[in-house]
Amino acid sequence: MKYNLTHLKELESEAIFIIREVVAQFDNPALLFSGGKDSILCYHLAKKAFWPAKIPFPLVHVDTGHNFSETIAFRDSLVKKDGVELIVGSVQESIDQGKVAEETGFNASRNGLQTVTLLDTIEKHKFDACMGGARRDEEKARAKERFFSHRDEFGQWDPKNQRPELWNLFNGMKNFGENFRIFPISNWTEMDVWQYILHENIDLPSLYFSHERDVFIRDGVIYSDGEFMPKRPEEKIEKRIVRFRTIGDMTCTGAVESPADDLAKIIEEVAATRTTERGTRSDDKRSEAAMEDRKKEGYF
Amino acid sequence: MSETTGYLDMELLRFTTAGSVDDGKSTLIGRLLYDSKAIFQDQMEAVEKASKRIGGDGQVNLALLTDGLRSEREQGITIDVAYRYFATPKRKFIIADTPGHIQYTRNMVTGASTANLAIILVDARHGLVEQTARHSFIASLLGIKHVIYCVNKMDLVEYSQERYEEIKNQLDDFTSKLEINDIRYIPISALLGDNVVDRSKKMDWYGGSTLLYTLETVHIASDANHVDCRFPVQTVIRPQTTEFHDYRGYAGRVAGGVFKKGDEVIVLPSGFTSKIAKIDSFDGEIEEAFPPMSCTLILEDDIDVSRGDMIVRVNNQPEVSQDHEMMVCWMSTRPLQLNGKYAVKHTSRSARCIIKEIRYKVDINSLHRLEDDKDIKMNDIARITIRTTVPLFTDRYQRNRNTGSIILIDESTNETVGAGMIL
Repeated sequence: MKYNLTHLKELESEAIFIIREVVAQFDNPALLFSGGKDSILCYHLAKKAFWPAKIPFPLVHVDTGHNFSETIAFRDSLVKKDGVELIVGSVQESIDQGKVAEETGFNASRNGLQTVTLLDTIEKHKFDACMGGARRDEEKARAKERFFSHRDEFGQWDPKNQRPELWNLFNGMKNFGENFRIFPISNWTEMDVWQYILHENIDLPSLYFSHERDVFIRDGVIYSDGEFMPKRPEEKIEKRIVRFRTIGDMTCTGAVESPADDLAKIIEEVAATRTTERGTRSDDKRSEAAMEDRKKEGYF
Repeated sequence: MSETTGYLDMELLRFTTAGSVDDGKSTLIGRLLYDSKAIFQDQMEAVEKASKRIGGDGQVNLALLTDGLRSEREQGITIDVAYRYFATPKRKFIIADTPGHIQYTRNMVTGASTANLAIILVDARHGLVEQTARHSFIASLLGIKHVIYCVNKMDLVEYSQERYEEIKNQLDDFTSKLEINDIRYIPISALLGDNVVDRSKKMDWYGGSTLLYTLETVHIASDANHVDCRFPVQTVIRPQTTEFHDYRGYAGRVAGGVFKKGDEVIVLPSGFTSKIAKIDSFDGEIEEAFPPMSCTLILEDDIDVSRGDMIVRVNNQPEVSQDHEMMVCWMSTRPLQLNGKYAVKHTSRSARCIIKEIRYKVDINSLHRLEDDKDIKMNDIARITIRTTVPLFTDRYQRNRNTGSIILIDESTNETVGAGMIL
């Protein structure tokens, strides 16, 4: 018997350790659930961490109101099947309450507004730790974030003043009103996630697999047609065979043309692709430090 | 097709990189990522764009790939530990890229704390400098089992074998004072790629492996402690459902040794003994549990076990004590207070402690003990003794990192202020 784990087993074990640590150290944790593959993976790992008991925290979805219908259907069926609690924070509600103003114009997105709704939801339910499926390989500001990421009473992240994180000793101590964002799959890469999903046979929304869709092209990005997607006169709807590498809000998530209709083909495609998955996300392209700036304000 | 089939027997190697300012550390990482095709086209385009803006001699600045924070890019230095990932068909790698500046020793300690291996960069023009000594000492103190000295910028010393040997001898002398078993030397040029991924055509005199080959093949399976069985309980799993009515499992991650069904165990601190009835997981029963496996232990007897307890073998127990002697790396701008009280975390156990004695400070450049200097400030390393409010179950750090490490937390700011390695 060889006493070593494969890289996926080691990553799994690390994530389970972190998730259990969250439940042990915090009073009122939650799992941020977007319906994307990374949050589905986190949910799967959380199930493993507490099996045969149920997961001892709710799922929280910040719904921009501009989600793909496939994502919402997937979310609802998962919640129903496993009997877990789901809390939905609505960006539409934040807009209706006048807390945020909607962006206007063709590239308008509710992505930035999510932060306000997220912080409101955290406050309303008094969550002291929100787990999320962010990974360090996604983006360079995230590469510096801790597993246990401290947020002050305004929900802000201070990248230059992060607590050192040593060994497997996680410091979740905080003052009243402060909270933590916790990232159990920090050390996973896009490839690790896909390989694990294949190996564990985890269900995903159909958006990830190749299908025919009505799309239009803007600034080289393939966007899905939909009622929240205003189009310029020259932007023509056409049918293409596409899939999505990441799933965010419809307004900021681009598709890729792809024939990959199963996990093995997706993995081959990921291995051969020469752009990052966030390359299809217009929210990151606003500036060199777009992610860092959003995170400082409390973005997940 | 290796991505869909070969991945099931890939190992994970965590390594840290250290070097002084301008040793080319970020360039080396950029080179590893670039040559192993872990850098994507859009990242490369962003870096090319940024390189042009910052200026320079027209070369793409690979360092910009790792310097993620705005202030780092502005100052052209790495401030915080950044984690980077790449994979080859043999292994997946996690790099903890740590800054070389004197004020950021705490970051190197942080990066080193989870690493199997350290790459220490030495500038071929300057040889062993103060920071090389410091980085080597920290690697040794943090119990890193494998150290590779990359003698970098060989292109700037005409790829001279003589110069390389001279530096290697300097390092050999110095490292004999340290507790590192596996030390290797590789002459490289990170900028031009010599001996990083591909063999250098300019250094035929070097008969050893390239850096990447070494990283892919260094033996790490026996780095963890497989002798002393230690299972810190993280949380108790009690489903309380009809199907699992009497289920009571102790969830945690194996911190040492190999646990098997039927093992006689003792629970600390209560001292109750029992046998392992089953090692459980979502994926079914586990025959043998070893580090760093997360699993759930079920005992034959119904005894009181909770978070912070440790399940160990009856005939191999850790030290159970309230008094602990350790090396500490101080990480806060507020100096260590003799007789001060701090919160501590050790395995899954939380407690408070008082600093009983500061024995000496270590001059991390010369490794000398400064017996008269007991003013322990940020980035200092000292030998101290503490007394904890409750007993901790410890092993020597050099024997087991998981049960020999401890963190000190300032109770007024909740910040992690000290990293302790138990002696």
